[in-house]
Amino acid sequence: MNDAPILEATDLAKAFSAGGRRTRALDGVSFAIRPGAVTGLIGPDGAGKTTLMRLAAGLLVPDTGRIRALGLDSTGDSLAVQAALGYMPQRFGLYEDLTVQENLDLYADLQGLPKTARTERYQELMHMTGLAPFTRRLAGRLSGGMKQKLGLACTLVRPPRLLLLDEPTVGVDPVSRRELWSIVDRLVRDEGMSVLLSTAYLDEAERCQAVILLDRGKILDQGPPATISARMAGRTWAVSGPGRPREVQAGLAGQSGVVDALVQGDHVRLVMQTADDPARLAGLPGLEDARITAVPPRFEDGFIDLLRGRAGTASSPAQDSGLTEGLQRRAQPGDAPVIEVAGLRRRFGDFWAVDGISFEVRRGEIFGLLGANGAGKSTTFRMLCGLLPASAGTLRVAGLDLRHAASAARGRIGYMSQKFSLYGNLSVAQNLDFFASAYGLAGDARATRRQWALTEFELTPYAEQLSADLSLGYKQRLAMACALMHQPEILFLDEPTSGVDPLARREFWQRIYALARAGVTILVTTHFMEEAEYCDRLAIMAAGRILAMDEPAAIKAGARSPELPDPSMEDAFVRLAESAGEAERAA
Amino acid sequence: MTGNGMLTRLLALIHKEFLALLKDPRSRLVLVVPPMIQLLVFGYAATFDLKHIPYALYNEDRGAASRELVAAFDGAPAFRRVATLRAEREITPLVDRRAVLAVVHIGPRFSADLQSGGSAPLQVIVDGRNSNTAMIGLNYVRSVVERFNLEWTASHGLQSPPARLQTRAWFNPNLESRWFFIPGIIGMLTLVTTMLVTALTVAREREQGTFDQLLVTPLRPGEILLGKALPGFIIGIAQGTVILLIATLWFKVPLLGSLPALYAGLALFLLSGVGAGLLISSLAVTQQQGLLGAFLFMVPAVILSGFATPIANMPPVVQAITLIDPLRYFLVILRKVFLEGAGFDVLASQFWPMAVIGAVSLVLASWLFRHRLY
Repeated sequence: MNDAPILEATDLAKAFSAGGRRTRALDGVSFAIRPGAVTGLIGPDGAGKTTLMRLAAGLLVPDTGRIRALGLDSTGDSLAVQAALGYMPQRFGLYEDLTVQENLDLYADLQGLPKTARTERYQELMHMTGLAPFTRRLAGRLSGGMKQKLGLACTLVRPPRLLLLDEPTVGVDPVSRRELWSIVDRLVRDEGMSVLLSTAYLDEAERCQAVILLDRGKILDQGPPATISARMAGRTWAVSGPGRPREVQAGLAGQSGVVDALVQGDHVRLVMQTADDPARLAGLPGLEDARITAVPPRFEDGFIDLLRGRAGTASSPAQDSGLTEGLQRRAQPGDAPVIEVAGLRRRFGDFWAVDGISFEVRRGEIFGLLGANGAGKSTTFRMLCGLLPASAGTLRVAGLDLRHAASAARGRIGYMSQKFSLYGNLSVAQNLDFFASAYGLAGDARATRRQWALTEFELTPYAEQLSADLSLGYKQRLAMACALMHQPEILFLDEPTSGVDPLARREFWQRIYALARAGVTILVTTHFMEEAEYCDRLAIMAAGRILAMDEPAAIKAGARSPELPDPSMEDAFVRLAESAGEAERAA
Repeated sequence: MTGNGMLTRLLALIHKEFLALLKDPRSRLVLVVPPMIQLLVFGYAATFDLKHIPYALYNEDRGAASRELVAAFDGAPAFRRVATLRAEREITPLVDRRAVLAVVHIGPRFSADLQSGGSAPLQVIVDGRNSNTAMIGLNYVRSVVERFNLEWTASHGLQSPPARLQTRAWFNPNLESRWFFIPGIIGMLTLVTTMLVTALTVAREREQGTFDQLLVTPLRPGEILLGKALPGFIIGIAQGTVILLIATLWFKVPLLGSLPALYAGLALFLLSGVGAGLLISSLAVTQQQGLLGAFLFMVPAVILSGFATPIANMPPVVQAITLIDPLRYFLVILRKVFLEGAGFDVLASQFWPMAVIGAVSLVLASWLFRHRLY
């Protein structure tokens, strides 16, 4: 393994100007990637991952520093570099109106693959990606996972020595995600390819041979993932009971010495600043009678530790008091369900996007809808918000039938979407005012709520700033503030934390817990397996149906087997999807 | 929800639309600069009037009569002699390279024929490549020759021609094209602005993902539609007023008729413009589609309106199509109010078709709006 590096960056910097502000996308980045391995480029959105990929592919010119790929200068020799490496951008340019085969032909033509070599290469690629039965299907009619695989096949038409994959697994269902990873592993093992793969999913880091941790344009750390998690040895614990995990977590978060406290189904995962013995941990509030067991460290623990070390902050404390002002409607045992869905169906043309689902959500509960893109969770969500009428079934939100009182029902819902849909050219305060007024607040009531939002979400210094210029984490805060201006009883969150950094995600969930404690009912959709663990109950959806609905721990327990004594949520999901597929084939 | 709550929501939406439109320097620029440029272009550059028509003289005659005729041409401010020819073959190259618009050819026997009391032919060659300009140029030549004829008959004691033309142009005594164009511009420019403002507004929100966020608020589809329609309407009225002021104060186009009638027409016209814009808006998913849709509507609307070419000259089928063009009616109102001094009584026949077009397009837009939310 003493080969020359296949990709090497020295003191690389690149800045972009937007709206009069200069953002350093990359700021003095140096690394060397060895050949014949998968290297992970890990970081939240805005860390500089795509910029780095594009610099490596010679599509951007660095401000300073240099980057060499395959022994060639990516900047000066960009044509030679582009001919030698394969680059799959985040949204690969598939022609949706062409068939799978026509897309392949097109990329074979573009990359100058000789006609004689094609038949054999196509067979290999189709076999590898499992797309062989679909060669005559239009690319636009493939599922998200299949599109990614086709994109990969097109990139690989002419086998490159270095493959750059920019977030290939975003929004892909867990089954396809595993398949993509096994393709990547095989390329490295059998074809001796070198792969640089960027991702915002921290669990994927452990599959890489080496990782580069990127945050706000700077490298936090690099090396084999095991060395990063090894630093956390003796510092990670599972804590369970007495009391619900969410309450235990609320007691732990923000305590000195605590790096991270995370709800994981039926227990709390606790990460400490130093290696402690269980006896000392028992001294932390709420842990006197708790069961504390040591657990092996994960990559994410190491990443959080690095981020906290850099930001110089302890774990985000539990959010309460002011946030839930005016929302105190604690759950009572006899409460009627806040959301009732029965036999809900929705058809688009001859396709049932949602095919008969039923569930109920109680007051103060955090209910998750988990599924890949296209599973029907967004459609369900849109029907619940009154954005889409149901084809059949009943839907009651806050006791109101959405068919008859959509506007009144909407007034009791807060909605926050993954795109943080704010008016970019309005200031923070103007956004707050607008959404408050749209929910019927005026005069003093509006001013009071605006003040509340600015204080509670620490947005006061940015009140006059355009919301488009906020960082992703602050946009998320503002979006949440806008959704809470009218003190809704129910909060709908559509992929609320996709792409934000893990610290912002934790802070966000602290707020969600506080709201749930105050009696706000929360419905969240996510394709983040990790996030599903934070819910009280969750429904796993695929192909418009609910495959399983239970508490996260129970869902995971369902996938337990002798080979897999402690299955993850992803294991459970894959198992459920597989058995659903088998049942369908049997029928 | 109470009516009060609805008003709060509606005002908030309108306030937000204005903020979004006016805060962005680029969209502010779009509202002000292109209309001003178009106003100046139409005010100064677009004119049917010809000035300093370049012409060549080919005079084979040496007599007094021809000298008098030549003096008449040289004295007319509309004409500018750029060449004096000596041979017939010099004509072709001059016309070919557009050095002259017309060539006046006086034959060798011109003066002799006139002196003998008869009439003499006078040849005029015009460049017919632009038929409109050629016709106007020819008319100018005709009036110069006519004046020459009158003077000649008077000074030589001859009998004047049996019938003599005496023209008086009503409403526009000097037949200035500017008086014809500028009132029309009020219609054209307000249409462009309101269409752009309304056709892009929903598409922009769809693109940014804020439309869903808007839809989950208690705002009803009808309220959203109204909130989107009013800013376009208000901007149209404001812009119409600015152009009206420039037209009367700067370009000195006389405004003889009733101002309330003009504004009533403008309001109805904007109603149909906003309706068409929202119709496009409810169909367009991206701003690009919205923009294309707006132009797809505006270009025919202007051409078929009679803005530059009279509707009466169009084939009957096309004339029938112009009946659904709101600009057609508003142009009539504008010109009648400006130049003819018309009031409400004369214009009723123009008001109701616009009201119908506006109502139909708004109803259709709100129907589509509710059924295309998904």
